[in-house]
This record gives sequence, C-alpha cells and structure tokens, in this order.
Amino acid sequence: MNIVKKKTSLLNFGLSELSIIYPLLAFIAILLFNLVFTEGFFHIEIKNGHLFGSLIDIFNRGAPVILITIGMTLVYATGGVDLSVGAIIAISGALAAQMIRPDYVKGILEYGDQTSLIMVLLVPLALSIILGLWNGFLVAYIGVQPIIATLILMTVGRGIAQLITHGQIIVFEHQPFQFIGSGFFLGLPFPVIMVILLFALTWALTRKTTLGLFIEASGANPLASRYMGIPVRVITTLTYGFSGFCAGLAGLIITADIKAADANNAGIFMELDAIAAVIIGGTINGGRFSMAGAIIGALIIQSLTTTIITRGVPPQVVLVFKAVIIIMVALIQSKKLRDQLSLILHSGDRPS
Amino acid sequence: MRFRLSQKNIPILSTFLVFILLYLSGAFAYKGFFSLRVFINLFIDNAFVGIIAIGMTFVIISGGIDLSVGSLVAFTGVLCANLLSRTDIPPYMVIFICLLCGAALGLAMGSLIHFLEMPPFLVTLVGMFLARGLSFVISLDSVPIRNELFLSISKASIPLGNGIRLPAYAVTFIIMALIGAYILHYTRFGRNIYAIGDNEKSALLMGLPVGRTKIFIYTINSTICAAGGLVYSLYTLAGYPLAGTGLELDVITAVVIGGTLLTGGVGFMEGTVIGVMILGLIQTIITFQGNLSTWWTKVFIGILLCIFILLQRYIAARKIQDKNK
Amino acid sequence: MPDIGNVLLEIRGLSRSFPGVKALDAVDFTLRRGEIHALMGENGAGKSTLIKVLTGVHKKNSGSIKLEGKGFEASSPMDAASKGISTVYQEINLLPNLSVAENIFIGRQPMKGFNIDWKAINMNAKKALVKLNLEIDVTLPLSSFSTAIQQMVAIARVIDIRAKILILDEPTSSLDMAECENLFKTMNRLKEEGMGIIFITHFLDQVYETSDRITVLRNGQFIGEYKTAELPRFRLISKMLGKELEQEMVSPGNTQGDTPARKEPFMTLNNVEKKGVLFPFDLEICEGEVVGLAGLLGSGRTEVAKLLFGINRPTGGTMEIDKRPVAVNSPRNAISHSIAFCPEDRKTEGIIPDLTVRENIVLPLQSCRGFFRGISRKEQEKITDHYIELLKIKVSNREQKAGTLSGGNQQKVILARWMAMNPRLLILDEPTRGIDVGAKAEIEKLIFRLREEGRSILFISSELEEIVHTCSRVAILKDRKKVGEISGENISEEKIMTTLAQEGTGERL
Repeated sequence: MNIVKKKTSLLNFGLSELSIIYPLLAFIAILLFNLVFTEGFFHIEIKNGHLFGSLIDIFNRGAPVILITIGMTLVYATGGVDLSVGAIIAISGALAAQMIRPDYVKGILEYGDQTSLIMVLLVPLALSIILGLWNGFLVAYIGVQPIIATLILMTVGRGIAQLITHGQIIVFEHQPFQFIGSGFFLGLPFPVIMVILLFALTWALTRKTTLGLFIEASGANPLASRYMGIPVRVITTLTYGFSGFCAGLAGLIITADIKAADANNAGIFMELDAIAAVIIGGTINGGRFSMAGAIIGALIIQSLTTTIITRGVPPQVVLVFKAVIIIMVALIQSKKLRDQLSLILHSGDRPS
Repeated sequence: MRFRLSQKNIPILSTFLVFILLYLSGAFAYKGFFSLRVFINLFIDNAFVGIIAIGMTFVIISGGIDLSVGSLVAFTGVLCANLLSRTDIPPYMVIFICLLCGAALGLAMGSLIHFLEMPPFLVTLVGMFLARGLSFVISLDSVPIRNELFLSISKASIPLGNGIRLPAYAVTFIIMALIGAYILHYTRFGRNIYAIGDNEKSALLMGLPVGRTKIFIYTINSTICAAGGLVYSLYTLAGYPLAGTGLELDVITAVVIGGTLLTGGVGFMEGTVIGVMILGLIQTIITFQGNLSTWWTKVFIGILLCIFILLQRYIAARKIQDKNK
Repeated sequence: MPDIGNVLLEIRGLSRSFPGVKALDAVDFTLRRGEIHALMGENGAGKSTLIKVLTGVHKKNSGSIKLEGKGFEASSPMDAASKGISTVYQEINLLPNLSVAENIFIGRQPMKGFNIDWKAINMNAKKALVKLNLEIDVTLPLSSFSTAIQQMVAIARVIDIRAKILILDEPTSSLDMAECENLFKTMNRLKEEGMGIIFITHFLDQVYETSDRITVLRNGQFIGEYKTAELPRFRLISKMLGKELEQEMVSPGNTQGDTPARKEPFMTLNNVEKKGVLFPFDLEICEGEVVGLAGLLGSGRTEVAKLLFGINRPTGGTMEIDKRPVAVNSPRNAISHSIAFCPEDRKTEGIIPDLTVRENIVLPLQSCRGFFRGISRKEQEKITDHYIELLKIKVSNREQKAGTLSGGNQQKVILARWMAMNPRLLILDEPTRGIDVGAKAEIEKLIFRLREEGRSILFISSELEEIVHTCSRVAILKDRKKVGEISGENISEEKIMTTLAQEGTGERL
C-alpha cells in the first residue's frame, strides 16, 4: 500500500510540479529540429548594428502573442479567460491609424497636422484598458461567466474596429509611430524590447509586490481569500483591465509594423494562441501561474508556426497543430485522467 | 403566485416584445418593410443560423457551451464542396459523410467533457481550432458547388403565392425547430437535458443518466451544426474555409435572447426561433436604413446580448432576495 | 396493513474506517415497521457515515445489514432507493427550475406512445401531494415554493418509489414552526402505513415530539437505543456529549473566574438579527476576555460569528466597537477593525490548498498592508518559522503545499495566519474539531496567552468541557436564539446542559 502511495505521488509530482520543464523541453526540441533541418536557423548576423536571424525573428514576430499571453496568464490564474484580446488588438490598431489619418476614411488623403505620438499611443491604450475593465466588471461584479462576458467583446469589438475604420484598411506613414513596430533599439527589434519591458514590469508588479499572490489566492479559493480580506473582485477586474492593456499594446505594434490598420484580420485567432501558450506554460485555471512558462509556451507556438511555414505548409494549417498541442497538454494536466491512469496502473497491487 | 409565474416568463416575454417592437418600428420607418417577402426572407437568410441555434439550445440548457459551431460550418462546407468536385462519391453519400464527421467531432468533445471533466469552453475551443484548421487543410480558397443534385435542392421551394417561395433549406429549419421543440418537451432525453442544466448533482442523485445524456447532447449539437453547414453551402453554393467566423456569438445570442438561461436549466425552442428572427430583423433594418455600415449589426447584437444577460442576472438576484425574505 | 412493530432493518456490528479515523465502530441499529427512530449524536458521531453506508455511498468494512431479514447491500443511493431505502437530504436534491410535478416523476415519466404524458404526470403528482395534505399548483416551478413545500415534494418523490424506509436527514433545519408541524403530520401518516422512518435532527424538541425510539452515537460508537418516553432529555444530552451525570459531574468548573483587570468592552451587539437566520441577539465582548458560544449544532453559533465578521449583514440591531457604532459590512472591513475569524469549514473557507504554508500564513497580513507594502521574503520566513515553532505545526518545510497537511496542522496554519495579525478580537469557530488531544491543549494554551495580552476571543465549540475550561462568560444558544448567559463561577457543563434541555416554552424538565 505504501508503495502505491509513493508511486502515485511521484506521478503527480512529475506532471504538475515540474510542468515548466515540459514546455522548455518542447521548445528545445523544436529548436533542435530546426538546427538539423533548417539551414541557417541559428545564424545571427549584425547589419547596421541591428541583429538579424531566424531566432530574433521568432521573438520579433511572436511579440504581440507574447504580450497578450502576459495579460492572459493573470486572467487565467483568477479562474477566467479573455477571448476579447484579438478584438481589442483590432480596435487599438484601428484607433491609432484613424488618429494618424483622421480624414482617410472620407477619402481625403492629406494627413493634416501630424498627431503627436503621445496621443496616438495613449488614447488607444486607454480605450483598451477601459474595454478590459468592462470585461472584468461583468465577470467580477455581475457574475457573468468569463467566456460569455469576453465573447461579447470578441465579436462586438471587431464591429467597433470596423466602424472606426469605416470598413477600410487605413494605410499611413508616421515615422515615430512606425518605430514601435519596426524600429531597432540597442540592436534589438523594438517589439522585442517592449516584450522584455512588459515582462519585467509584470514580473515586478506580481512577484515583487503581493499582487501575484493575491491573484493566485483569489483564483484558487475565492471564498477563503475574501475571508482574509483580499479584495477578490477588485483584483479580478484589474487582471482583465491589464489583459486589455496588453492587447492594446500588441495592437499598436502590429499596426505600426504593417503601417496599416486592418480591422478584419488584425489579431484574428490570436486569443487562441495566447490561451494555448498559457495552458502549455502550466498555469492553472484558478491558481498558480507561471509567467515564464507562459512565455515559453508563446515561443513554442511562434517557433512551431515559423517552422511549419518554412517547410512550405500554408500558415492557416498551423491551427490544426495548435489544437493538437492544446488538447495534449490539457490531457497531461487533467487530474481526472491522471487519477484514472494511476488507478489502472496500480490496480494490480491494491488489495481488493 | 401570479407574480412569480410572470417572473419566470419575463425573458421570453421580453424577447417577444423586442421582436414586435423591432418589427413595428421597421414597418413604420421603411417603405416595403411590412411585406410577406421581407418576413419570409427572415427565414431564408437565417436558416443556417437558426438550425445551429437549435443544437446550441440543447447545449446551453444543459449548462454547457459550444464554441466550435462556426468552424464546423466552414469545415462541413469545404468538405462537402471538395468531395463533390474532386471525387465521384454520390451526393447523398457526401451529405452522410459530412453529418458523420460532425457527429464524430461532437462525440469526441462530449466524451472529453464528461469522462475527463474538462471545461466545455476549453474542449470546444480546441474543436473550433481543429475544425477551422482542417478546413484550411482541405482547401485554402472558396470551392464552388456545381453538383446537380445540390443545385436542384437549393432551387427547390414551396410556392406561397405572389411569386414568393419558401426554399427547401428554410423548410428544413422550420421542421428541425419543430422536432427540437418536441424533443425538449415530450421525450425523457429532452427533460434530462433540463435536469442536468438545472442541477447536475441532483440529477445524478435522482438516478438520471447524466453522462450518456451529456455526450449525446454534444454529439447531436455537432451533427445539427454539420447540417447547418450543409444548408449554408446550399445557400452560398460554395465551400469557404473562412465561413462562419464569429457565428458562435450570433448563435449564442439568439439562444440567450430567446430566454434560455446561460446557467442552464431553463430554455425554450420557441424562444430560440424568435431570437433568430430578431437577429434577422436587425440585419434587415440596417439594410433598409441604407446608410448604416453592416458592422452595426455585430454591435447591436452584442448590445442586445449584454442587455439580456444583465436581465437574467437581475432576475436571478431578485430570486435570491425573495428567498431570504 | 403490514405487521407494525416487526423488525424492518437490522444493523449489527457495522464498522467503517477512513484513513486515521474509525468513523463507525461496531454500531448496532434496529428499525421497526411503523416507527420513527431518531438518530442522535454530535458532529463526528457517525450519523452521516451510518446513513452513507446504508445508502451505498460508502462500503462497509465489517458488520451486517439486514432488510426484512434478508442481507442488504446498496451500490449507490439510486440502488438503495430501488431496494426500498430512500433519503431526503437537508439540501434538497431536486431541480428548482422544473415544475413540481416533473420533479416527482422525472426519470420515470408515464409515457403515451412515444410522448411523455404530461396530463398523467400532473394528475398523479397532484394525487401524491394530496396524500401529504398539500394542495398546490403542481405545474409551477419548484423554486416558487417555500423550502418546506420543496421538502414535501422530495418526500412525495421517494414515497412514490414505494419506499419501505425513509431517511430524513436534517429536514427541518430551515422550516418554521407551522411547516414543521405539517411535516410531522406527514411523518405520522407514513408511520401508520407501516413505513420505518429514520429521523436525524439537532432540534431536541422535535425528537421528543415525533420519535418513538432514539439511538445515540458518539465518536463512531454505539451508545445505546432507548424508548423516547423513557429517556429524559437531560440524559439524552449527557449521552450525546459523553458526560455521565450520574457520576455527579465534578466539572473542573470555571478556572477563569477571576476577572482580568481590564474590562473595557471591545465589541457590543444590541439586538443584532438576521431574518430567517438569527433572532435578535445581545452580546458584549470585553478586552482580555474569552466569551464562549455554547449550543448544539445548528443553534446559530456560526451565524453569530459570520455576522460579527461581516460575511453576512444583519437586518436589524446595532454593533459597537470601543463604544462607537460601526457597521461591519465585509470581512475586509472587519479585519480593519482588528477582528479575525477562523471558520468552521477549513476546506472551503479557510485553507488555500494550492498555496504554500508560508503564503497561507502571511496572506491576511499582506492584504492588510495593501499591494505595494509587501513583506520581505526574509520577514515572511521569520514569521512563518516563528509560528511553525510556536504552534508546533508539522511541516516538512515552510514551502510545503498547505493542502498536503493533516487537518490539525491545517487548523494551526489558519490560527497562525490570524495570530500574525495580532487581532483585538479573534473568533474561533470549532477550532479543535478533528484534531488530536495534544494539538487541542496547545490551542487552549494559546487562547490563554492571547487573553493575557488583552485580546478578546469568541470561542465556539461543541465540546462543553472546552467551553467551561476556557471561557469566563458563556452565551447559550438554542434554535437560533440566545437562551441564557452565565459567567464566572456559574459556568459548568451541568448548567449549560440544563439550559439547553429546557423546552422551547421555557418550562424546565
């Protein structure tokens, strides 16, 4: 009987506690695959003081997904999920482009006075935060299921983005703003810098203050947390607001990079990437979160996408791979499956 | 007692009221709105949304959710169009295969939800990914349907006089809604759906077949959804891998404004049909208005869904208050 | 009419253990036809385990169960029901949104061809309820009726399955007087029809009003079976609590009689009430004082604690802290008034199993300080180590998940959490439930120390000995009402029990 117990706990330990090991191994496996099969994958060169190469590219292209993954991780830890991030990306991008070229939708191609960079950044970000807080309000104060609350904005949001752009793709030139999407800073692409900054900021906010612990406590046992004086509702609302902010930031990067706002396609399916990344990273829906794990998860998603595309497979097909990965990880994490497996494995040495 | 009775019916009554108000305001504001043709078009244009909403009604009454419906419509359409254009499989067989694929996906999702106790949103989210991805695997572009049987089905219709005809797929929607209402009201399976959504633990203690019913609900829903996909491809005469994006919200909205509680246990097939009609009316009004962008449709639908969810929460809160008194 | 008085159910030497606990230890139980049999015992006595083994939720380890002379074993509550033993639980396991009629017949609806025969359902439901003296519109949803009627519907459902034995598990906890009367009438009718009824309740008055026999369990052991008429309620209480009065209980009496010097009231409740939960209630808690709340399970003890801590809001009355009126409207608010609360239900309200021991201990301290004035890791570790040592919490290390600790150690973690806050009032709801003797003594010592420091403590416990031993004043609760308050040398187990044994009318036995 003792042996059985030990075995079971070992099984549990192996699959839950060390969960960050698995995504890391998976990421390394993908890199190794590329080391063998993709020529020049690890080649990094310096041109004009800027770093170039496939690896940098993965980080650069993955930047928007990593950004929203950071927000999604916190939401997921409170026991919720945010489906609206893709739509918020579209809104934020559309608003920025619209502010740069306010009359474009009326067919006037002149720019007028150049809008200040501060406004182009602040207004979309502020709106993104408000939209996120709205989600949080519905979830924490009204008691709407997270999936439904954010599904509303997921669809309405795209409508709002279309209304901002009047259904057109707004193209623009705005040097300072473009820098956010395609500039270089300290030899690195600026989106990568943004990711590093946001990660550092979030890490400091959650791990250097007590906020991270409060989020985990609220997600793991809301009732007990309330009895300990933790403002569970406020915290839940804030995480959605933060998720909105991250999505807004991602929207700005995407828009600045392609120098256009495409309300239809910007950030589409990206909420799924973020959810996948969070799950792969070992964050529990309502409980412990691992920011590093989630980011590795996002890198896995991005490197997988890059790898598959370089092998000539159409990018849309990557969806199938993502689905398979999520379900595999979910299966690995399923407590029920583990219980049943260990029951089958050890049924032999258990006294009836 | 009477007051409480009406409280239970507030959602469906308000749904009906919204429908009447929208219809009347449309009829007063726009010329030609108040005509049989416009009314029939509500059924024609929304047949596939309606068919899928029937399955979603089952799922939501049982307390679950299915996010994969939009993708499954695309997958069914693409599969159907490709089987017809690239292979010699007879069209009846194609329809059967499409429905079977839907059923298989639903069975798989239902099993994961029941046996491994995974949250429905996660499982169906993966289903959404998978179905969308697979439709891209089959084809990246729109594939037209030129099969004669399909063409003739899409043209088949019942004349209603004045040159107005009710096409076969609209008839399919109406018949399926009737069957759905029958199942919900007159079969043990239907009643068990309500029981599970109302209180799964109680249902289990009362000896109802919870697991079997749950798996069956998702299987049926996906099958119905595949049928909806076939109707959509008849309506558009093409299979397009990007079809049905955001459809899940339309469908969930139709079900919710039709008086089905998102928390499960309460719902009406009649309500769902009216809900679908309301979505159709909003679209029609925006078309008649002429100067409004079609994107307003999405915004209005979202706002309507929001209002109805708040209404549901308000009624639920009132109920708890009444209990405490 | 079947032969009333015949043995219907016979349980002999039934045992069932769980890891570390012997929940049932060779328990006997006999139920006769046409009898209402009360099953009595305090928390952890084994009542619910007995019912669960009987209805197939748990398997027995040893012993025999015979129904009508034949061996009986149920694999699930459904199986038990189909074999004639049905249970109506305290939380009504029905479907609130479905109609009354459907609740009675779901799963076995009469069919007409392929269709459910709604007419027959409604008609039969009406008939079944009329048998219980209930005439209501059976087509309305269940939730539109009071708990009492829902209870009746639950009974109607099981009777309709033709039960031989009906188990009523705390059916009256949320019923008012008239509703109880109606239920008792129904029970009597069923009894006359030859059904055997097992009645579990914590209301003594009801036991004496309805039951024919009483079986008392304590700590998983069979104490005895008595005819209700021959067992005075004083004796019943002493059997349940394990105090033999015949031995002239020399209670250690109140060792805390000497009133501490500081006697400023910290918190005062004037007529605080919550409709349907607690009758108007007065209480004064002074600094440096341990006030006890005595009463049987369900007497309103926990409800008082939840009102004090702002979890529930009172519907009337006033609260004062330091003689200033306050409205404690949330736990956060209560904490800011320096009140702390160790809840009765550790698992759902106390511990956060996924977090570490350290995190579980420092959380309230952190939440009090806000997000940004975090406590340094070193300080956290110091606090944690301090309390691990002080309370002798058995952990492999301070980063162990709290969920992996034993119940007693989890309780200590929760205590540590609040002691670290240094609260002025500490509410302890059954702090010693399910923990071993050593830990109990430690917790008691701790209470004394806090008292010496001038803290106030509200101590709730089912164990009278503990109450007598630790408290300098005791408020006695019965049926959600305060029925007495004793202090100083007057505190004794005997006094508490006699107060509890008084009938609702105030008459002494």
